[in-house]
Amino acid sequence: MSEPTTTTVDVNGHPCRVWTKGSGPKIGFLAGFGGLPRWIPFLDHLAESRTVVVPSMPGFPGATGHNILDTHLDWLVATRTLLEKAGLDGADLAGSSVGASFVAEIAALWPQSVRRIAMIAPFGLFDEKDPATDVWAQRAEDVPGLLCANGEIYKEMKAMPAGANSVEWPIEQTRAAEAAARIFWPLGNTKLERRLPLITAPTLLIWGEADRVMPRSYADRIAKAIPAGAKITTIVGAGHLAELDQPEAVAKAVLGHMG
Amino acid sequence: MKLMWFHLMPYTELPEDFRDKHPSVWVDIHSSLFDPKRAHHMYNDFMDEMEFAADCGFDAICCNEHHSNGYGLMPSPNLIATALARRTTDTAICVMGNSLALYNPPTRVAEEFAMIDCISGGRLIAGFPVGTPMDTTFAYGQNPSMLRERYLEAHDLVMRAWQEKETFAFNGRFNQQRYVNIWPRPIQQPHPPVWIPGGGSVETWRWCAEMDYVYCYLSYYGYKAGQATMQGFWDEMDRLGKDRNPYRAGFLQFVGVAESHSEAMERYAEAAEYFYGRCLHVDPRFASPPGYNTEATMRAGLESQVKRAAEEATRAPSEQAQAGHNKPKDQLAGVTTGTTAGTRFNMVARNMEDIVERGYVVVGSPKDVAEQLEHVAKTLNVGHFMLLLQYGNMSKDLTKYNTKLFAEQVMPKLKPLFSEWEDRWWPKPMEKSARAALPAFRPAAAE
Repeated sequence: MSEPTTTTVDVNGHPCRVWTKGSGPKIGFLAGFGGLPRWIPFLDHLAESRTVVVPSMPGFPGATGHNILDTHLDWLVATRTLLEKAGLDGADLAGSSVGASFVAEIAALWPQSVRRIAMIAPFGLFDEKDPATDVWAQRAEDVPGLLCANGEIYKEMKAMPAGANSVEWPIEQTRAAEAAARIFWPLGNTKLERRLPLITAPTLLIWGEADRVMPRSYADRIAKAIPAGAKITTIVGAGHLAELDQPEAVAKAVLGHMG
Repeated sequence: MKLMWFHLMPYTELPEDFRDKHPSVWVDIHSSLFDPKRAHHMYNDFMDEMEFAADCGFDAICCNEHHSNGYGLMPSPNLIATALARRTTDTAICVMGNSLALYNPPTRVAEEFAMIDCISGGRLIAGFPVGTPMDTTFAYGQNPSMLRERYLEAHDLVMRAWQEKETFAFNGRFNQQRYVNIWPRPIQQPHPPVWIPGGGSVETWRWCAEMDYVYCYLSYYGYKAGQATMQGFWDEMDRLGKDRNPYRAGFLQFVGVAESHSEAMERYAEAAEYFYGRCLHVDPRFASPPGYNTEATMRAGLESQVKRAAEEATRAPSEQAQAGHNKPKDQLAGVTTGTTAGTRFNMVARNMEDIVERGYVVVGSPKDVAEQLEHVAKTLNVGHFMLLLQYGNMSKDLTKYNTKLFAEQVMPKLKPLFSEWEDRWWPKPMEKSARAALPAFRPAAAE
């Protein structure tokens, strides 16, 4: 697994990391809950046939500036700016969890800015009869097993690498959880459902079979709200962050959809 | 010094197996444990106790705000304070306080505090806590990432609402109001004294110094655990060139007075063990929502951990063994601290011997207690003691016994402390002769 190229773009005066790797048509990826403190195998699978571009949203690892975003409109504009500056305008766009919610938003509000989209268990909805799990009210030791079918994978991704700053590394991980909270507290409901009818891009929904955060019923609600519908693919042996549990299978589904 | 009588208003009938059968005293404590008809008696007993404390000569009676909480039955301390304003005459009324970010619009706080100040004839102390994570982010659903920014903005709005003479527009980041003009207005000018309960963050200390507010350290873990925090506060005051006026600070302490130490241990064990065993049983999943602690506070905590680890590593193995190397670090000194509420809850001592040993509760004969508290006051340099003389399931009789004995035999020994300093942060009520006379309470039907 080789390292990607790292560049930085400016969003509202704050730096946001952008990783790039591979060749071929571009595909963007917006990370899920907790962000990406390090490169992951899933991105390598995408990079085998595409130029994969991974911009980090404000407050997620590699980026700051979440704490000046007060409203959902602030977040939408910041994300749109980030994608443009990362060179993803008009490209295929994928995302997971928190990031997937913004894939849907961008596709709904700026339909010309995306080609095809893929979303892994997006945030943005809440159903009282089938509630999403409160990802913030958790004991630290329960978080890995909540987010991944195999919690060890999440733990490894979040473990401090040798030589990292032992003060700043844990702060960066907390900041990622805070940034997600800033957008989605307390229920995860941004009323995304109202904007889903604006989506025109061909849409793939991916759901980990063992997702303990986002109920599977949300996939059907989302697909139903998109006028052209959406294809739903279930990934065996995967939790909420399916791309961590089953990198190859998720990458295959995404690439298959993007064509 | 000022001796203030504080009530948390705990629900006193949590079951004995509460810790085993229920995950948390806070946030999702089960409604089946609450009997409103029993609470009727609890509220009335508690308010009797506060009025009794005022009669006994305590300088202030204090109440506070909690939500969805089995040890704090005051979602609205302002209701209690108002009732007390009508049943007391000279005692200061300390509302410790209103969690500013929870009020929409925050001018509600300016209005209600102004009402209490008017009704009481200017006896209000206005406390402005951020509020715990359990209260604010979970029970009240506030965003932890915006809580402090909202708090600070609400503070600015309330202070302007109290002081500006003309109707004004407030164009805040989170609050926008075209017409801010509160009626009533506070008696105390330019505003009631403002007290800030806080943890040990440097930002809060600096802000209190800059605004000239009282900083209060309200910990349930007593003077031993409070020492480092208060030391930090005074060091920061020195750095900022502020004087060491002990009335800049307030400190919470549990106390149990009896004829002797052994009698006090016996009398107060049940109530103390009830409080530390059942009332502080908080599910750690509610203790640390991301963003609640500022990054500066996290950084300071992590840096001190790293420093401590480095110091440990350079010590000889024999020294490490002597220092109790295998124990959790925060227990080494026999105190209860910790970087988050969650780590503190996990380390709480729960039996009377340990509770007293760690200094959570100061117990003894009046002479013992006076000596211990004098030592605490001088060591921590605090001029305002907020005393918990009722805690846990302590009965009304025992509460009154504790209160009376303290007032008669401990208070006189402590009152003269710090007489060389002026308390610039104490309420300035109307002249007594100008204040409304409160009629003796008699139900109309009895006339």
